[in-house]
Amino acid sequence: MMGPSAYLILSGILFAIGAIGVVARKNALIILMSVELMLNGVNVAFVAVGSYMGDPTGGIFAFMVMTVAAAEAAVGLSILIAIYRLKETIDITELSVLKW
Amino acid sequence: MEPILFTLFGAIAVGGALLVVTRKNPMSAALSLIMSLFAVAALFVLRQAHFLAAIQVIVYAGAVVVLFIFVIMLINVPENRLPIEKPTVYRLLGVVAAGLLMIEGGLASRNFSAPATAVGEVGSVEAVGHALFTDYLFAFEVTSVLLLAAVVGATVLAKKKI
Amino acid sequence: MIAIPFDSSQVMQGIASIAPEAILVCTAITVLMADLFLAEDGKWLLCWLSLAGVLAALGEVYLLGSSRIVGFSGMITSDGFGMFFSTVVLSACALVLLMATGWSERAGTQKGEFYSLILMSTTGMLIMAKGTDLMTIFLGLETLSIPIYVLVGFQRSRMTAIEGALKYFLLGAFGAAFMLYGMALIYAATGTTKIPVLVYMSVGGGMAGSSLFLAGMGLLLVGFAFKVSLFPFHMWTPDAYEGAPTLVTAFMSAAVKAAAFAALVRVAMLLFPGVSPAIGPVLWVLAVLTMTVGNISALGQNNVKRILAYSSIAHAGYIMVGLVAGDLLGSQAALFYLLVYAFMNIGAFGVLMLISQKEDDGYDIHNLRGIGFKYPVLGALLTLFLVSLAGIPPTGGFIGKFYLFSAAVKNGYIWLAILGVLNSAASIYYYLRIVVYMYFMTPEGEVVTPHTPPFGYALALCACAAVVLVLGMIPGAVLTMAEQSVLSLLM
Repeated sequence: MMGPSAYLILSGILFAIGAIGVVARKNALIILMSVELMLNGVNVAFVAVGSYMGDPTGGIFAFMVMTVAAAEAAVGLSILIAIYRLKETIDITELSVLKW
Repeated sequence: MEPILFTLFGAIAVGGALLVVTRKNPMSAALSLIMSLFAVAALFVLRQAHFLAAIQVIVYAGAVVVLFIFVIMLINVPENRLPIEKPTVYRLLGVVAAGLLMIEGGLASRNFSAPATAVGEVGSVEAVGHALFTDYLFAFEVTSVLLLAAVVGATVLAKKKI
Repeated sequence: MIAIPFDSSQVMQGIASIAPEAILVCTAITVLMADLFLAEDGKWLLCWLSLAGVLAALGEVYLLGSSRIVGFSGMITSDGFGMFFSTVVLSACALVLLMATGWSERAGTQKGEFYSLILMSTTGMLIMAKGTDLMTIFLGLETLSIPIYVLVGFQRSRMTAIEGALKYFLLGAFGAAFMLYGMALIYAATGTTKIPVLVYMSVGGGMAGSSLFLAGMGLLLVGFAFKVSLFPFHMWTPDAYEGAPTLVTAFMSAAVKAAAFAALVRVAMLLFPGVSPAIGPVLWVLAVLTMTVGNISALGQNNVKRILAYSSIAHAGYIMVGLVAGDLLGSQAALFYLLVYAFMNIGAFGVLMLISQKEDDGYDIHNLRGIGFKYPVLGALLTLFLVSLAGIPPTGGFIGKFYLFSAAVKNGYIWLAILGVLNSAASIYYYLRIVVYMYFMTPEGEVVTPHTPPFGYALALCACAAVVLVLGMIPGAVLTMAEQSVLSLLM
């Protein structure tokens, strides 16, 4: 029987890889996917801790995170579509009307 | 058995995640994201969270990533117009900071052990459903407002004419 | 098969605890439906309908009063603290809608979607302010943010609007992920997400030795820092504020800030004392850097909307001073300041909206030349709001800052208070610069002709001015109210 710390470390790794994607990539689509990765990493922690403690909160929280992730993806992608219509780019550094 | 499967699926999840953040083509990144999400679903099964594993595959890998793929195909950026990624000091610092975060997280959770209770049936459809409609009813209701807002918002932004 | 017991008294209690939110959501749906059936020239009705809903919710907040109603197994609590912030958020929303009554056709926001998004966002704010479970706070945060991302990009034919929306969205989602990870670590360390239970566990430093709990608290703070735009997580603020339709900017700067601070004050008052040796210095540094960076960046700006955006960052720093002080007086001052800030900022944006002819270029500071003497009422109003933002008596802004800094002194943070006062003095430069442009700069060519405000708009501006002045002279009642609401939190 293995302890929950392995799951927590895995969740930290997934979260950090997602965070790296957000800060290091320029393609807005991939930044959005990296945010999904971060949320997914969080879910691993919630589910693992919840199941080790025999407490339903973790699972429910993960469920809510998935809902939020879906809502964020929908809104984020529609912002990208609106940008692409105006400017034909998804490169965040090319968007220089406002200073980054 | 659990350690072997954990290592296997954990490695697939991390590998998929690395592919997501390193692929140049967003389509390959989206497919790698599906791989990572499937591996995480398998980890959920390992933790007896069967309901969440199913939702993970249906909603996350199914609906959300398919939405991504639709948008990738809709805006269809030609290969030579994809952003050119080059390392800058700022980006490098970001990567270093994230690496430190990872080590920090590992150190913090190294000695962590939860009170040993029976694993029980917290992940079954029945248990999740019961919790969702009793103690967490309010959270469930709030998500309905959240999703309504997302639907209205996505329509406002993406419709040709409002 | 597990039967779910039905307890009607608990159901009624739950419904009572969320009655204002329920009214808002019902109004939002009604507005969406009504939008379908109204002809183009009947759309003005939507705004008044939304306003009626907000006022009804405000009435309901006062009917419920400050008595403590715990609803839905402790997910949400209606108490004095919630009542205070519900008042701030709902009055900000009502003021913005009142301005929108005669303004929306001009800004292209006369749409059912616009009003329903504002109402849903307000719902999220109330939930966030009243949430007593980390899950509720997170869901409230998302319910308030997602409509705001869309509202920022609402005029999507403008490049600045849609870019502001993208930046706000990407950084907002990034920040929310950090907050969520913090919640996951806190859950891992304690096995619960209920704030009262967390307080019980962490009181007297019970959790101070748990590195997971500390890391969780830190990440939670980062998440909040993104939302209230603390340094170094403030990069989205000027872009989002500039890109958004000015009505939305006014709404964001006042209401989103109040709601995010509500949850932050709740967490800070209840959980930080248990870990204060670790987290106190961090808050101190954050407060000082936020004020300084906000004020210094504002000095060189020529776009009035951007100046106010940076000033809003600086104000987040001032409010943090109250949280660093960490006692009753500090939190009371922070609450009072958030209330005054909502009114003075909405007022300032309201006047600027009348003067500027269009978004983007219209907000250049040079457009203000000569306005002061030619349009004395507008000039006087804008001067009043700016003087209050700068913290000069006899305005509410002065009283707020006075209480914030004296709370810091009283708790031994002398340097923090000195740095705060210095910052405040530096900020006078850029606020008065706007006033100087209005009164002492001769216009190149024609003085711009401001729009004549419709009745509702004028009413909203007068209300803002009245509140700012009254709170500057007789702040006693509101200060007592703020004190009561912090006390109800500690009970």
